[in-house]
Amino acid sequence: MKTDLDIVSPPIPEEILQRVEAKGINRRDFIKFCTATTAALALPVSFIPTVAQAVEDKRPPVIWVEYQSCSGDSEAFLRANQPTAGELILDLLSIEYAEVLMAAAGHQAEEAKNQAMEKYKGQYILIVEGSIPTGAGGGYCTIGGQSAVDDCKKLVQNAAATICVGSCSSFGGIPAAAPNPTSAVSVGSLVPGAAIVNLPGCPVNADNLTATIVHFLTFGKLPAVDRLGRPKFAYGKRIHDNCERRGHFDAGQYAESFGDDAHRQGHCLYKVGCKGPETFHNCPTIRYNEGTSWPIMAGHGCIGCSEPEFWDTMSPFYRRLPKVPGFGIEDTADKIGIGLAAATAVAFGIHGVASCFRKGDSMEEDKTGKEG
Amino acid sequence: MHEIHYVWQWPVRICHWINVISIVMLSITGFFIGRPFMTAPDTSLYIMGWARMLHFSFAYLFTVSVAARIIWMFIGNEHASWRSFFPWLTRKGRAEFVEMLRYYTFTGKHTSRGIGHNPVAATAYFGIFILFIFQIVSGFAIYGQFAPGGLWDGILGGLNVLVGNQWLRLMHHGVMWLLVGFTINHVYSGWLMDVKERTGTMSGIFSGYRFSARKDH
Repeated sequence: MKTDLDIVSPPIPEEILQRVEAKGINRRDFIKFCTATTAALALPVSFIPTVAQAVEDKRPPVIWVEYQSCSGDSEAFLRANQPTAGELILDLLSIEYAEVLMAAAGHQAEEAKNQAMEKYKGQYILIVEGSIPTGAGGGYCTIGGQSAVDDCKKLVQNAAATICVGSCSSFGGIPAAAPNPTSAVSVGSLVPGAAIVNLPGCPVNADNLTATIVHFLTFGKLPAVDRLGRPKFAYGKRIHDNCERRGHFDAGQYAESFGDDAHRQGHCLYKVGCKGPETFHNCPTIRYNEGTSWPIMAGHGCIGCSEPEFWDTMSPFYRRLPKVPGFGIEDTADKIGIGLAAATAVAFGIHGVASCFRKGDSMEEDKTGKEG
Repeated sequence: MHEIHYVWQWPVRICHWINVISIVMLSITGFFIGRPFMTAPDTSLYIMGWARMLHFSFAYLFTVSVAARIIWMFIGNEHASWRSFFPWLTRKGRAEFVEMLRYYTFTGKHTSRGIGHNPVAATAYFGIFILFIFQIVSGFAIYGQFAPGGLWDGILGGLNVLVGNQWLRLMHHGVMWLLVGFTINHVYSGWLMDVKERTGTMSGIFSGYRFSARKDH
């Protein structure tokens, strides 16, 4: 009988491995990378040679731009281990422009960007980090004298595909949090209808970024996305439904505060505001930092960083529900609700007492009865 | 002397009592889901699991009941009809509405003395039906998150994007408290009218029959 265990990956062709080795990449590391990425994309093992070929064969030009960002996504990417950042950047991708990485600066750097855009028009992959401020005529963020609005529009329109890394470029993120002083927007709302994929997260998970690029190289198109433009392979499942603490949730075992006994036992973080039930991301399975850990594993609840407007809707981070608009920060929905119910009971109680003592509202037949 | 009228047909009464049971169960389990007030001593229990199972089961029951009642609005008698929820559409209804409101606010001496919904109550029930539908829609939208691409996500998942799933949760939670407030009001008004009108307001929802003073003129 054939079982799943019998399905063996077809080998990666020897000539690909030899070419990779000639470039100085360790053969074993390359095989591990192709296998891990194929798995991250939820593709069957039979796709490993296809992925290997696409990765080895195409060296796509990449332009990585930053607008209103903290460079956290660049940092996350540079810490990627599969393969090490150096290999990925120098061998698998051709990074034409990346503010954090490049040696050039000032007008020289801008020149490099414009040249790359002209040379690889319609072929390059654009990676955008950070939101785009539209306020003050785009004046809140200018690069080399050009506003982020103009720069981003031009780059997106000339790209083969655009990958928004992090919550800021995907949804506006922290710069767009209320009251959004710079009128920051996502790339998707600045250039509607362009070929864009969103990889929100604060920061983006480098493995998901790598997998998205590999998907584009392998199939020539961006991966299938959900309603929010996020790839289904990475954002198709809710954190809560794959959480390692889920058993404690269903049983009814919760940490009441950080450092209490239940917290030390590793119980569910629901009551300290974990937003795992509200958030779609593959953190529980892919984890961060070489698969070492992720927030809930480390004992802190999810803050829902890969959901739109997370700074406004997922906060207070240590409460389950958002603050009720128009009420104070300490007024939870339940306090207000109990107040409402109590006020209703008191009001009708008083009405009832008053009604008992009111005169002249007896039924007509009462009077008839008395008269008769 | 009184005349006896068959006012609340059996589908109305059944839906009413299913709604009562569902709302009580949904409020208790829903409150627990939002704020688990019991902690399990060991992992062998399944408290939240059962609370959610009950919540979802009663959600389906409640949905069927509300849907059945809405269908009955187009089949049943004049007291069950959708028209009875819009008393202010007729001149008589408007006059009775004002009379009833004046009675409640101690500025008038007489109730409207109909045998169906009183016009103020009917208007409130229209609002309550809106809240019921809101709870059903918002509830199934956030319920659908467990299975992206599934049935409920396909039908209502767009709301999570349009409104934001956390706002939907907050509103779903807030409307529960509105319904708690309504229940207090509803039971109180039922008691008051039972005492004052003596037309069988309370027993009517069990038996279906209400009484009215025979018009002798």
